[in-house]
Amino acid sequence: MNLRRDVFQAIADPTRRAILVLVASQSMTAGAIAANFDTARPTVSKHLQILTECQLLEQKQTGREIYYSLNPKKMKEIADFIEPFRKMWDDRFNKLEAVMKKYKAKK
Amino acid sequence: MERKTKVDAENGKQEIRITREFDLPVELLFRAHAEPEIVEQWMGTKVLKFETRKYGGYQFESSDAQGNVVFKANGTIHEFVPNQKITRTFEMENAPFGVQLEFLEFEKITDETSQLKMQSVFRSVELRDQLLKLPFAQGINFAHDRLEEIAGKLR
Repeated sequence: MNLRRDVFQAIADPTRRAILVLVASQSMTAGAIAANFDTARPTVSKHLQILTECQLLEQKQTGREIYYSLNPKKMKEIADFIEPFRKMWDDRFNKLEAVMKKYKAKK
Repeated sequence: MERKTKVDAENGKQEIRITREFDLPVELLFRAHAEPEIVEQWMGTKVLKFETRKYGGYQFESSDAQGNVVFKANGTIHEFVPNQKITRTFEMENAPFGVQLEFLEFEKITDETSQLKMQSVFRSVELRDQLLKLPFAQGINFAHDRLEEIAGKLR
């Protein structure tokens, strides 16, 4: 499948969200990340690959080890958890305003 | 577009504050919260019960196109002061967020504009954060469904 991977697809998975939380405080190797999960190592590698492809994770080579860290720029796209909630209320209140303006006009 | 609705959810606090200025006189803003036929229109839910007085209660219910109930909420009114404030509880039924305490304050800015301040207090920070993430999670599922739809067409 050649679909472009996007950040929202990436974070729809709970394991991948957990990985992001893990590397948020420090960069880690794939082995160190995998040690935090019961899942098989190849499964974790697949998750890392997806997160890297959509640029949520950055790789840095240090000696023989590859370290994974969070890409803050990309994270910003999804960092604002409140935005959808705000949007929901904004839509509601916009509707309230429209409904009441009609009300006013009728009077 | 200007962002009129402001949401404050301070880290580690068990409350949400929503502030919004309206291009409406405060009387009309209040009426939109006091008359069930109007509430139905902007909240997008059916109003089963709506007693706008101290000790009164209210009940909302929404159904999908097939008639299945998808949302039920209820609460009790503690204060109901026209054009000034409403204090009430709010509980989404069959949801893990518990009961919230809501303070709604209505303020006149000019003759033609007004402001609503809403403060929702949760039992814990965790419950508040869960609720905040709800539309976010739905957004993800939505994006996911669309992706599957697109993927289905490509196959």
